[in-house]
Amino acid sequence: MALYSEKVMDHFKNPRNVGKMEDADGIGEVGNAKCGDIMKMYLKIENGIIVDAKFNTFGCGSAIATSSMATELIKGKSIEEALTLSNKAVVEALDGLPTHKIHCSVLAEEAVKAAIRDYYDKNGIEYDKEKFCDGDCAHCHAHDDEEL
Amino acid sequence: MFVYADNAATTKMSKTAQKTMIDAMERVWGNPSSLHTTGQEAKEALEGARETIARLLGADSPREIYFTSGGSEADNQAIRSAAFYGAKKGKKHIISTAFEHHAVLHTLKKLEKEGFEITLLDVHENGVVTAEQVKEAIRPDTALVTVMYANNEIGTVQPIHEIGAVCRAAGVPFHTDAVQAVCHIPVNVREDNIDMLSLSAHKFHGPKGVGVLYAKRGTLLANLIEGGAQERGKRAGTENIPAIVSMAETMQEELAKMDAVNASIIPLRDKLIAGLSEIPHSRLNGDREARVPGTVNFCFEGIEGESLLLMLDEEGIQASSGSACTSGSLDPSHVLLALGLPHEVAHGSLRLSLSEENTEEQIDHILAVVPKVVAYLRDISPVWEALETGERPHLL
Repeated sequence: MALYSEKVMDHFKNPRNVGKMEDADGIGEVGNAKCGDIMKMYLKIENGIIVDAKFNTFGCGSAIATSSMATELIKGKSIEEALTLSNKAVVEALDGLPTHKIHCSVLAEEAVKAAIRDYYDKNGIEYDKEKFCDGDCAHCHAHDDEEL
Repeated sequence: MFVYADNAATTKMSKTAQKTMIDAMERVWGNPSSLHTTGQEAKEALEGARETIARLLGADSPREIYFTSGGSEADNQAIRSAAFYGAKKGKKHIISTAFEHHAVLHTLKKLEKEGFEITLLDVHENGVVTAEQVKEAIRPDTALVTVMYANNEIGTVQPIHEIGAVCRAAGVPFHTDAVQAVCHIPVNVREDNIDMLSLSAHKFHGPKGVGVLYAKRGTLLANLIEGGAQERGKRAGTENIPAIVSMAETMQEELAKMDAVNASIIPLRDKLIAGLSEIPHSRLNGDREARVPGTVNFCFEGIEGESLLLMLDEEGIQASSGSACTSGSLDPSHVLLALGLPHEVAHGSLRLSLSEENTEEQIDHILAVVPKVVAYLRDISPVWEALETGERPHLL
């Protein structure tokens, strides 16, 4: 289908790192079933490095593809590096997304952050709460139709 | 295996439709408004098509048939006309249903902004409105009742004959969007008490970009397009003769074989419904009985429709969904929401719409693939996980 790039279709059809992680150090869930997308991200963290990442997603093709790409982009990176992952980087790595699907990439970025926040919470690490998902779908959807 | 199961979106043009269209392009290329022989030949073809369609719809006269660019234009013109002439008599109330096609709903929304009062009737959990509801909603200032013949997403058939009778008795003009009904179930404007009807050729194997507005004699029409005197001055623009001629021929052929075609499609549809019903936490949308022969719409809990469609397409199955993702908005299909389905369930919908081209082998293929794909998507869905652990209650 020409709706999506070949990269998006590849990550949709053959999602990387899909599935649940039983011994995750951080788990983040963002989105809302009412809006049609939920991403759940699992991180395995050792010495400040994300040694493994997995995800489960309820959503459209691009929601699955952006989750898959986001896990690929943060594996092996430090927490600090993972926190700088932008939705734009996810979109670029997928060779673009239709404008009304940009929110999926924002959701992927937020899912990574939510999992890191959960890791912070579990380990009593201080962080700036304002930089994380507030649970409002409109926040991600506001990015749709943005020029990247 | 290639399975086209999206015939409610559009159909493949039949051989007759294609042949008639090409033949008309070669033979009758004149402008029907021209006085010379070439023009008059085109005029003859045009009027022949009008007579055919009038007869097939049960109209009293070919003068009641107006050619349009399709169903949407016909819906717009029917509603705008009734609103315009109703307002002249101080009638600014319109009755419709919550699950009409957007060609109707968006026109009504605009009229609301222009000062009309719109009553959208509840279509209940089964997707069927009743004549009693219409009767109760009619007021002295009601300018129009517009109720679709069959719903495009879930396929439910409305009691048009009874609604028409209620409107006729109350003296209120009645329009029906019959785009999903014509050539699929019996439609007769005289017997069904219809004042205005919209149809579109590409829904019954005819060409795209052509349709009809039937307007019973005495029904006043307002123009959407100003210009020439075509269509008795009610729809300007040189007529699309090849498409119109093709539409008439196709309609004649499709109606002649409708019963036989339905006799073959209905068992396939029923097999599809039975097979998909076996998927746990699924639901057939719309009344089981009052439905067109070809349309099946299901919701599967815990998954999202667009990803389902993409995966089915990979397996050669082409269908559609009422999920928000396929529409580019936050909300899923207004039709499914009108049935009272929660958003999260409506996102996981699948519409399969059959035609005579579909075979039993194709149905078997669908029934082999859909459960597999639904299971896979559920497996990677955090919503399904929450449903299975009891964290979230099952709604289906």
